[in-house]
Amino acid sequence: MITHFIVHDKADSVGVMVVENIQGGQDLTGWIMETDETITVRSLDPVPLGHKIALKDLRSGDTVLKYGHDVGRAVADISKGHHVHVHNMKTKRW
Amino acid sequence: MGRYDFYGYRRENGRVGIRNHVVILPLDDLSNAASEAVANNIKGTLALPHAYGRLQFGEDLELHFRTLIGTGSNPNVAACVVIGIEPGWTARVVEGIAKTGKPVAGFSIEGNGDIATIAHASRKAQDLLQWASEKQRQVCSIRDLFISTKCGESDTTSGLASCPTVGNLIDKLDPLGATTCFGETSELTGAEMVCAGRAATKDVSEKFMQVFRAYQEVIERHKTSDLSESQPTKGNIAGGLTTIEEKAFGNFQKIGKKARFIDVLKPAEAPAKGAGLYYMDTSSAAAECVTLQAAAGFVVHLFPTGQGNVIGNPIEPVIKLTANPKTARTMGEHIDLDVSGILRREMTLDEAGDHLVDLTLRTCNGRLTCAEALGHREFVMTKLYQSA
Repeated sequence: MITHFIVHDKADSVGVMVVENIQGGQDLTGWIMETDETITVRSLDPVPLGHKIALKDLRSGDTVLKYGHDVGRAVADISKGHHVHVHNMKTKRW
Repeated sequence: MGRYDFYGYRRENGRVGIRNHVVILPLDDLSNAASEAVANNIKGTLALPHAYGRLQFGEDLELHFRTLIGTGSNPNVAACVVIGIEPGWTARVVEGIAKTGKPVAGFSIEGNGDIATIAHASRKAQDLLQWASEKQRQVCSIRDLFISTKCGESDTTSGLASCPTVGNLIDKLDPLGATTCFGETSELTGAEMVCAGRAATKDVSEKFMQVFRAYQEVIERHKTSDLSESQPTKGNIAGGLTTIEEKAFGNFQKIGKKARFIDVLKPAEAPAKGAGLYYMDTSSAAAECVTLQAAAGFVVHLFPTGQGNVIGNPIEPVIKLTANPKTARTMGEHIDLDVSGILRREMTLDEAGDHLVDLTLRTCNGRLTCAEALGHREFVMTKLYQSA
């Protein structure tokens, strides 16, 4: 079975795509490294290799968790399955 | 030969190198032309041209000398010729390198001109090169090995697999007595408290936080934006990294899960507390960071990349690894180790760490890295502020 995306920590709000050419509307399989669990998410956008997919619904201003840690904030409402990147997420620093 | 032994060059001061360079080292920008002419005359010597060395002062000047003396003193350098515009500062670098016991000679240009200087320095360089060519490798232990790490053009695959592979190597070699070093102060932004928690003592932890806060002040003073496209870089962003915090947690995977850092080094400062993991205050720019680590005496470098940074260093071999399957496919000539199998769940992190240990020891034994084969010799001095 292909692993489409990988999640560092069970608490994370995003996963990382590890295959190329993912389009919107695909049923994707993910692997949570911390707990060795398998999860599934339906993509709502194309998500390039290495880019993030939302694993839960986020409201603008919500903290984004990756590695189980705060890595920034949503700057738009993001639904589970959407591509998460510079268009809808920003640093809290600098 | 034990599992973690390798063949290295043991130098006069007991330190071990994995290369046998004879370096032609310019004191300053003005001496680059003569240095390169000597290296052109004497085949097999290595000139290290750079941009600085005039009218520097204070801490910036101290760093300039520490970097040059440290570069000449690195055990990958068998012998050294120093060329400067005038004799005073040239002698200061020569005397600093001579403390290692290795052969070193200085030449200055004022009152002689380039042509006579090149002639005299070339004769000396030939003697040193032929002397060095008879040096033999001997069996050395992992306790003799100084390994540095820094990542570049990172993407999310760096944090998932290539940085953790370096971390796995450090988890394995730290208990065996290897000396290792990481740095990149600005690139720990967001993960600084987690990093501070990995210091061996409270004092070291506080020393790290002082260095971290000082760097943040530099950024706050000079920034004109939130550093988007600088930190993370455009390459990082193309690879899927969105924020400095996300990049920092990926970067931080390089020190593994167990080792604690035992001291905080100034840029280009040699470790002095024995074997173990050290933190060095450096920029996150690849060539600047590796140049500083080489000047501190580290002899082999581990460089995870995501999008495909191509850096090398003239005296410290740079081993590149990637977990990005596209980078491994499209830039294969730059990648010494492909660990993208971790992402396909075909390779465990522990297996990847073992592959990296093997490749590091082979590189120490003499295998040329991709960057060496391709002639990447980025020697970049760190400058702290304007010259006088």
